[in-house]
Amino acid sequence: MEEKEILKVDHLTKKYEDLTVLEDISFSLKKGEVVVVVGPSGCGKSTLLRCINGLEEIQDGKVSIEGKTGMVFQSYDLFPHLSVLQNLMLAPLKVQKRKKEEVQKEAEQLLERVGLLAKAKQYPRQLSGGQKQRVAIVRALIMHPEVLLFDEVTAALDPEMVREVLDVIMDLAKQDKTMLIVTHEMAFARAVADRVIFLDGGSVIEDTDPENFFGSPRTERAKRFLRTFEFESVNAS
Amino acid sequence: MNTEVVNSYIPIYVKAFLLTLKIGWVGVVLAFILGIAGAFVLYFKLPVLSALTRAYVELFRNTPLLVQLFFIYYGLPVLGFKINAEVCGAVGLGLLGGSYMTESIRSGLDAVPKIQTESAVSLGMSRSQTFLSVILPQAFSISIPALVANVIFLLKETSVFSAISLMDLMFTAKDLIGLYYNTTESLFLLVVFYIIMLLPVSFAGSMIEKKMRFKMFGDGKHGI
Repeated sequence: MEEKEILKVDHLTKKYEDLTVLEDISFSLKKGEVVVVVGPSGCGKSTLLRCINGLEEIQDGKVSIEGKTGMVFQSYDLFPHLSVLQNLMLAPLKVQKRKKEEVQKEAEQLLERVGLLAKAKQYPRQLSGGQKQRVAIVRALIMHPEVLLFDEVTAALDPEMVREVLDVIMDLAKQDKTMLIVTHEMAFARAVADRVIFLDGGSVIEDTDPENFFGSPRTERAKRFLRTFEFESVNAS
Repeated sequence: MNTEVVNSYIPIYVKAFLLTLKIGWVGVVLAFILGIAGAFVLYFKLPVLSALTRAYVELFRNTPLLVQLFFIYYGLPVLGFKINAEVCGAVGLGLLGGSYMTESIRSGLDAVPKIQTESAVSLGMSRSQTFLSVILPQAFSISIPALVANVIFLLKETSVFSAISLMDLMFTAKDLIGLYYNTTESLFLLVVFYIIMLLPVSFAGSMIEKKMRFKMFGDGKHGI
């Protein structure tokens, strides 16, 4: 694996007026690295992704990216007035001015890869939540971003659809895509991550490999956070 | 009612009808262009232009078309601009319509979820690309009932064109009544020709609405 840094976040601070949401965040992603960001609700995970791809202004620090980012959101955000294929082709045609035949071919290949080629002509309303998210992932992929950002992409899905979406992301990890993933799925995080960043109260509390984080978390806050998931699984059984 | 009189009037009405239709539709197209531009400015809150657009919308929404036409037709020549009645009618109608269209399209734009803009921007699309390819088509399908109502309203407003001596339907009817006193026949044809002009707009409007809504929301019977 190359040691080139694709994404570098340097002392990033984000405030909404007087409220500091992210404070002095620094980390970087190397090419092909998969970093998972976990933390309690409201800790600033989603805001961090939005700052990285420029949807939010930052008050201090710097974000440098080698190339472009692609982002997939929690809510299914496909364009409802366009078919699946049109959803995928819009940005490559308008932004990158690529040839229609070439884009369509790639769109169909990618759809086939996520098992949705048969849905190419359908509209978003005709798809299930999991299918929509898979299309949204393909829509980000087809722009050939250097870094993919995933913002809790399974949080709004019915449980039986979570797996099909996570499988697609696992598949991307195998293809050495560089990814920054915010998720609440701890088993998935452990399986997919090269590194785990634990965010709490707007600061990075831990930045370590998944074995260390899930096996023997250093800080009391991380331990407490992970225990909430144990409690949930005990409750569920 | 004398059918012979009606028959003899029909060619005169057809001529007036075509003129009304021509000026009416030029005005409507102008109204759409102004409305899309105005809504773009308001949606992205462009500095200075937003204030100007607001002032324009309020000025034209809150004055009668008749007054606007008088202003353009009799006022501009005083300032040294000569303008013929047809152009004046179309421009007046376009300006009035633009103010209504701006508001209708803007309310449609506001109803499109913000995440749509964010996803488009995340895909690298520019503001105008996002507006034209993603937000506007969705806003249109939300605003269609209001837009159709505006078009019908504008085409009906052409009836004040007679005030600037344009030979539209209203002018023709008034003229014929004044000349020959065949009031019943003249008014009957007036109603018929307005309906011929407007009924297709209503039907086309409902059809477009159904088609666009179906694409986005289905028939409304099946939840997701």
